[in-house]
Amino acid sequence: MVEKEIEEKVYKSIIKTIKDVPLEEFYTSGHRTCQGCESALVMRFLAKAAGPRTIVIGATGCMYVANTTYYTTSWIVPWVHTQLGGSGAAVLGTAAALRALMRKGKIKQEPINVIAFCGDLGCADMGLSGVSNAMTYDYNLLIILYDNESSANTDIQETSMTPYGAQTSFSRPGKERRIMKRRWKKNVVSMIIAGHRNVKYAATMTPAYPLDSMNKIRKALSIGGPTFIHSLDPCPKGWDYDPKFSHELGVLAVETGLWPLYEYINGEIVYNEPTKSIVEGRMKRKPVKEYLEKQGRFSHFTEEDIEYVQKMVDEMYEEWEIPGVMPIKSINVKISD
Amino acid sequence: MTEVKKIVEREVLMNGTQAVAHAAMYADVDVVAAYPIRPYTEVMDTISKLIADGELDAEFIVAEGEHGQFETVKHASLVGARTLVGSSGVGWLYAMEAIVVTATDRAPVVAIIGNRALDDPGAYGVEHNDALMVRDVGWLLAWVDTAQEAFDTTLIAYKVAEDQRVLLPVGISMDGGFLTHSEQIVRLPPRELVKDFLPPYNRGKYLVHPDNPITVAPQVNEDWVMEIRRQHEEAMERARGVISEAYESFKKVFGRYPGSTAEIQMPENPFVEPYMIDDAEVVIIGMGTVSKPIKVAIKNMRRQGYKVGMLRLRWFRPFPTQDVIKYLSNSKVVCVIDRDYSMGSPNRGGVIYHEIRSALYDLDQRPKVMNFIGGLGGREITIQDVEKIIKIGYEHRDTPITKPVYWVGVRGDPW
Repeated sequence: MVEKEIEEKVYKSIIKTIKDVPLEEFYTSGHRTCQGCESALVMRFLAKAAGPRTIVIGATGCMYVANTTYYTTSWIVPWVHTQLGGSGAAVLGTAAALRALMRKGKIKQEPINVIAFCGDLGCADMGLSGVSNAMTYDYNLLIILYDNESSANTDIQETSMTPYGAQTSFSRPGKERRIMKRRWKKNVVSMIIAGHRNVKYAATMTPAYPLDSMNKIRKALSIGGPTFIHSLDPCPKGWDYDPKFSHELGVLAVETGLWPLYEYINGEIVYNEPTKSIVEGRMKRKPVKEYLEKQGRFSHFTEEDIEYVQKMVDEMYEEWEIPGVMPIKSINVKISD
Repeated sequence: MTEVKKIVEREVLMNGTQAVAHAAMYADVDVVAAYPIRPYTEVMDTISKLIADGELDAEFIVAEGEHGQFETVKHASLVGARTLVGSSGVGWLYAMEAIVVTATDRAPVVAIIGNRALDDPGAYGVEHNDALMVRDVGWLLAWVDTAQEAFDTTLIAYKVAEDQRVLLPVGISMDGGFLTHSEQIVRLPPRELVKDFLPPYNRGKYLVHPDNPITVAPQVNEDWVMEIRRQHEEAMERARGVISEAYESFKKVFGRYPGSTAEIQMPENPFVEPYMIDDAEVVIIGMGTVSKPIKVAIKNMRRQGYKVGMLRLRWFRPFPTQDVIKYLSNSKVVCVIDRDYSMGSPNRGGVIYHEIRSALYDLDQRPKVMNFIGGLGGREITIQDVEKIIKIGYEHRDTPITKPVYWVGVRGDPW
């Protein structure tokens, strides 16, 4: 396809206002997710945005355990389970099979969306090599990392997505050591866009911004090739807050600058929602304290810890070459005259 | 008058892995997932060249590891693609999680296992422990002996695996080095005939497609696992009949029994290959290419008056219990050669040894069963070794067995 045609196709797929969102649901009742579960919203958005000609593949994770209890599946589109580290390979196998079968005339030629979703472990940890491999091929597929910053169906354990200092059952503050999780959160979208040249679309999202989220899924599917979306999903159980604050925390994560919303489209970074205003200097970032103090998992934080997190976030915006995206510091290259 | 088809087969020199690759090409596979490990790799080397040359139209996925390799074909199979995959040794074990769910999701994947010793210590040679790791998880498992049998069994594997009564994956094992890398004459039938033998893969109501929006492998917790396991086992049992049908159908279409060539005539039993067994007092049992030194040794020993025969297992799952009983019930001593070992097992022996003992247990007149562990890690089992095994077995026709398990040719251990 010519670039202009792709652009037109992507533009056409965009939902302009919330009133234009399709009424049909393809992820519906029958699931057992917790109250205030934002990952369930991601599932709903992806099914709604993708529509009925879709095959969804779900890796083991809390969204497998909670969504597809035998006899009560919540999926109206075909849904297949894959093992914890299998999403990349599964989505590759499905897309490859559809291409082969259509080319050989064994099934009808038509566009079918192939989407895999995977959680922290299935995408950022043990599944990362498979996801990366899928990103090197040219099949039409989308992988969504639903990130609730823990292993949420096994009693909230630390993962590489868990933020600095957060309390999980693998990182419990104690008498001697207050901060057990000392690693900084892995920057997955940056890894994907930096390391995989044929990825035309990658983005971050959070379900607190529904239209933005659905449009990102639509764009990823219509632009073609391997695509990737990383969604930050506030989790009442894991983050320890009242379920009614799920959306508020999603918004705060963006407004404090902890979770920048951006898209990578054909080599360019586009910022969305409040992040756009923040990066363009039209809006001031809220202090991270507002976000941290609302969650029980940070209740052991002292002022010093909060300052440290604030310092790291400030650095993301003030010193990085691409604010909030690439952890490469700006240097003024002097061209010798 | 029935029309007699004249079947002209092309004779080509190829090794076991190349034979499998050609069979997959004849079967018109749609998706192939590759990841390198010796000695199975040449299957994929050959497939890749066949695709590049336009001989085969298939998607060729190079996975990021064996786990991904097996997940890829599992999902391709669920959406209706015919697939080929394979591995060896520790690679096969690295994929174990995906291998298990391939069977429980009832994906009729065909995998080639070029048998290889497990690490550590690293070794490329054949040992059957790698493939035997899946003996309990619901894969159909065949062990082939010649490149011809590798070719024929691959076609049969697709027919059996994709049968609506079965829908189970098939693993075809071949001895690393001895078969994967030794060239033999293979008779390739005309391609058009394969269409008569092998219908297109039809997944029926289990197909994953937007027109058939099913949910595959939801969580059942403690509610339904028993029923699902039982259904799985019933499919495994049905596979016995389907395998027999497939061998008959193969004979009808191609005009020869699977594994047979002009030189070698296979006895018409899909599950086992009996050799000089009718009056044998001592029977040697083995799998794969060990049959070669066994056959030579039997001929030598027959000349000296020993009544000895061989039973080679062609299928290991489903286990050919009835055939084993049929061929062994009149013998006095059964000598099982295991190219594997089961650490800490009841009688300190190999896997096949225990399976054979178990299969014979219900007989009123049980033959004695002895075990010979040999050829581990690719060490050769020589004709002299087998002759010695026969002699040891023969000595125990009427005397009680004091030492049931021998390690063949271990340094510093006279046996």
